[in-house]
Formats: sequence, C-alpha cells, structure tokens
Amino acid sequence: MEFLYYFADVFTPLSFGLLLLGTIGGLILGATPGLSPTMAVALLIPFTFHLQATQGLILLGAAYTSTVAGGAVSAILLKIPGAPANIATTLDGHTMAQQGKGAKALQLSFLASAVGGIFGVLLLIFLTPLLSQWALAFGPSHLFWLAILGVTVIGSLDSASVVKGLLSGCIGLWLATIGFDDIMGAQRFIFHPSLGGGINIIAALIGLFAIPQVLTMFAKGRQDNDAEVLVVEKHSVRDAMREIMRRPKALGIGTITGSIIGLIPGVGGQIAGLVAYDQTKKFSSEPEKFGKGHSEGVIAAESANNAMVGPSLVPLLTLSIPGSPTAAVLLGGLLIHGIFPGSDLFDNHPDVAWTFINSMLIGQVLMCIFGLYVAGLAARVAQVPQSVMAAIVLGLAVFGSYSVQSSMGDVYVMAALGVMMYFLERFGFSAAPLVLGLILGPIAEANFIQGSMIANATNGMGSYFLSGALNIGLIVVVIASIGYSAWMELRSRRYTSKEEIIG
Amino acid sequence: MSMQSLPRLQHILASGVVAAVGLRVAWISYTAQPSEAFLFPRLIATVFVVLALWTFAKAVLGWTKIGHGISTGQMVKLAPGLAIALIYIFWAAKAFGFYTAGTATFFILLSLYDPAPHNEAKSWIKRAIITAGYLLVMYGLFAKLLKVYTPREIFF
Repeated sequence: MEFLYYFADVFTPLSFGLLLLGTIGGLILGATPGLSPTMAVALLIPFTFHLQATQGLILLGAAYTSTVAGGAVSAILLKIPGAPANIATTLDGHTMAQQGKGAKALQLSFLASAVGGIFGVLLLIFLTPLLSQWALAFGPSHLFWLAILGVTVIGSLDSASVVKGLLSGCIGLWLATIGFDDIMGAQRFIFHPSLGGGINIIAALIGLFAIPQVLTMFAKGRQDNDAEVLVVEKHSVRDAMREIMRRPKALGIGTITGSIIGLIPGVGGQIAGLVAYDQTKKFSSEPEKFGKGHSEGVIAAESANNAMVGPSLVPLLTLSIPGSPTAAVLLGGLLIHGIFPGSDLFDNHPDVAWTFINSMLIGQVLMCIFGLYVAGLAARVAQVPQSVMAAIVLGLAVFGSYSVQSSMGDVYVMAALGVMMYFLERFGFSAAPLVLGLILGPIAEANFIQGSMIANATNGMGSYFLSGALNIGLIVVVIASIGYSAWMELRSRRYTSKEEIIG
Repeated sequence: MSMQSLPRLQHILASGVVAAVGLRVAWISYTAQPSEAFLFPRLIATVFVVLALWTFAKAVLGWTKIGHGISTGQMVKLAPGLAIALIYIFWAAKAFGFYTAGTATFFILLSLYDPAPHNEAKSWIKRAIITAGYLLVMYGLFAKLLKVYTPREIFF
C-alpha cells in the first residue's frame, strides 16, 4: 500500500495543473484523426524537459490515457477512429449516433473507459512492485534476452510482416549503436557530423511517429475533411450510468480482456478493443443487435482499450519492455530524466514511480468528467482540415526536436528518420519495433558486453547466455512469439488467397 | 510499365536499399577497428543482413505480400509538400530564422493543401489569420514559455 503515501503529491498546484492540461489536451488530440496517441506523447516529450521527472511523467501519462479515450469521439460522431484502439467503437458507436443517440454513446464510452482504465491502473499498482522485486534476480544475460524479447515481440506481433517487423527491430538496434562506443571510445557508423553524439532518442521518436503522419496527410492532397459531425442530442448522464450497470457482462469482458491483452508486450489497444467486442458479442444474449447500434458494443470496446493502458506499463516499469508503442515513448521520457525502470525505479525513485501511477488513477476520473463535457468541442477540433494539422505537426516536430539540445543536428536526424520511415511503412516496415530497437539497443549492448566479460572469465559465451532456466525460458518466449506470428501471418494469407479464389 | 508491376519494382528498390545498408553495416562491423567495439554491431549486422537479403529475394521473386508501395498520384500530391518541408528543415530554418521560415512554410503548405478555393479573398484572409495564430502560439510556447533560443539569423 506504499502508493497511498504519494497520493498528496498529485495534488500540488503544478502537478494537478499538468494533469488537467494533459487530460483535456489529450482528449482533443485523441479526437483528431491522424494524431495517434503515440505521436501526441512523442510531441509532448520536449515540453517535459523543463519539468521535474514526476511532473513530466504526469503530463505524458495523462495524455496517453486521454488520447485513447478521446479517439472515441471521432469514432462515434465522425465514423473516423481517432486511434487504432477505437476501431471497434466505430461499429456500434457511430450507428448509435446516426440513430440520434450520439450523446448516450459518448457518455457510455467515457464511463466504460473510466471503469476499464481504473481497473487497469489498479492492476498496475498491485503487479508492478511484485514483478520489480522478481526483476532483481536478473543478471546481464537475462537483461540482454529481455531487451531482445522486447524488440522481437513487438517486431513480430505488431507488424503485418514478421520478417519486416524483425528487420525494423534490427535497423533500430543498429541505429542505437551509432556514435561513440561507451567502453573503447571508438567511433561507430558516424557518416555525418550530426551523428557524432549518436541518435537522440527524443528527436528520433518525433521523427519516426510524427513525420510519416505529416507526409501521409500531404499524400492525400487537397482533400476536404468532409466527415459530417452528427448532431448530439442531450442525454442524462445518470441514465448512461444506469445503462452501464445493466450491462455488467459487457463491462466485465471488456475490462478483463483489455487488462490481459495490455500485459502482453506488443499487443496494442486495437486488438484489445476488437477481441473484447468479439467476445462480448459471443457471450451476449442479444448478439444480433451488434453492429446495429448496441450499447454493449461501445461499452466492451471502450472499457477494453482503456483497461489496456495501465497493464501495458507493467512490463515497462518492471522489465523495461514497453507493452505498446506509446509505452515505448514513455520509456524514452523516463530515460531522458535518468530514471531506469525496474527495481531502481521503485527503490531509488519511489516518489516518481508512485506519483506517476497515482496520477494515472486520478487521470481516469478526470478523463471521464471532462470527456462528458468537452466531447462536443473535441468533435469540432476533429474537423480541422488535414492541411492545417499537417503544417502544425511539422512545426511542432521541428521546434520540439530542436529544443531537446538546441541542436540543428537533431532536427536533421528527426527529418531524415521521419522521411525514411514514411517510405519504409509503404513497404510493410513498422515504426514500433524500430523505436524499440533504438530504445532497448543500449540496454541490450551494455548487458551483452557485461555478460561477455563474465562469460570469458567463467564457462564461455554459449554456457553463459544459453543455459539456465531463465535464459532458456526467455529464448523460448522469443522463438514462440516469432513462430506464433509467422503462423498467424501464413494463416491469414491462406485465408486471403482462398477469398481471392472465391471472389 | 503496367500498374501491377509498379509495386513489385518498388519493393525490389526498397528492399534493395535496405539490403545495401545492411551489407554496408555488416562490412564495417566486421572490418573496423578496434574490433572489440564492434562486437555487438557484428551480432546485429549478421541478423540484419540475413533478414534484409531474405526480404530482397522475396521482392525479386515477386513473393512480397505486405505493403502497397506508393502510387504516382500519391507521389505527385506528396512531392511539393515534402520538398517544401525539406527546404524548411535543411536550409530555411537556419538561414532565415526558425520563426520566419516556420511561418512562411506554414502559410505555403496551408495554401497548397487547403481545400478552400484559391480564387476567393475570404479563404486567403482565413489562411493569413490561421498563420498568424500559428506564429503566436509557437513563439509563445517555445520562446516565452520554454525559453528555447532558436537560430534567428536575418529575421527572427
């Protein structure tokens, strides 16, 4: 119950102000199609430099939580999911809005998000200290395999192509080695003076997540944002609460499914929402109503995608393995303040860890309250033309990456990586594993070198890195995640080709 | 060139570039000195090259299923915006100062991609107001709030 000691820290004027700012801003950003939660958090990181670590993390955590929930606004009112996590919400939410029940759908989505989100953060509170103590038993070889596991799991599970996902991870791991070697001081892969200090993680995150979005908007040309915002009629919040209470099965399935999926690194909110929707439909007494504006569809999808947020931080805060691309960006936010996840975080910086986690709990309540009232405004923001959005994001990316170290080199690196990622994405490569490789690369290398030294002084590399229950367990998980993803990819291709034959 | 063969050629080009980078990384990792500093890069480069060559071979054989490439139409729409963004980042930001170059870039991009008609004074006034708002917000955020000293050069 250590977390209770740090509750008051969330309510200092600056911390609470940042929590409010992150929540309201996140709701509006989340509602804006094209601005993903990952990109929103990446663009916010430069603003946290001037803050203390705790306050910076409060801002980022609030933005993460509320962008996922805010995405439901455009999913329901515009039929455009604000984020991939809100795809399942569109299925029934927009139909409800078309039937004149837009306000009810929005209220249900925010209430379900809050219930799921609070459950997810409670899981985070109770699981994290246990796992972080377990992480103390990890030596260099285990930490090396954990870092590799982080890259391979996201590389294989988060990508449409397993090989290209893993290749993206390799590119990220290689990019992490650019600059001066820590032990020998040797120059490695410095092809341009801008790379002398290595690749700055924040500039890279901004480039990899923001610039491809900007270029995607450019590639659509002079396109009108012709999505029509459906009129929201008044609906009592109390009635929405009663409706939620009448649908405990949908809420329970959504919350539990989202929480479990959140704990699995690499499986994002999109999967959580869709799996919860599908399971709720299977167990519902009215499955025929799904897709026709059924409130259970909205409740299941939204409780699941927000329940995923808290648990996705469990592997991040304990083992340095981000559960989602946004969690990877949060890891970058931790590292720039010199804080390393794991036992170090809870033993040496308990104030930072617990205040951040507590703020996420309070943030869920704030998100629900503001969500119910600013949804209409968020929907208007969602109608901002893509040309304006693209130009704003480009400006923020340039100023944000420059402000990290007041270096034009970082701006060049940001732009080069962003343009490269845009084109790579067109060919099936993925930004998430690349970012994971870039973030986990230094951890993997430091532990690999340390492990090699121990191995050379003892039984040799093979014995040190490939034996022992924990090493073997981690290797098996690495192989299993790759094997499972490859099997799923082959199965889906077989299914597609069968469809093509029939078609 | 038929429309169907375009993505295949693009896949070959893209995976070829990735494979070339992988081979270069591997070459440096295995030949550069001191070799101890390249122990981890050698490990990464080996996996990198294997996966990159596999991807390249699949592209050459036409077995690539993931990724739709980029169509000529998309490229035509993208090119002006990309060119302006690159000029802004790699030259204008430093030459004219962040705020001047940023504001000019914002206005040009808005004019290029805004669906509002180009022959109406009203839409130009709207663009000018949005641009002025953008300048105010960026200056307020970065110069006043975060106190970031950006290159000012000939303007500000």
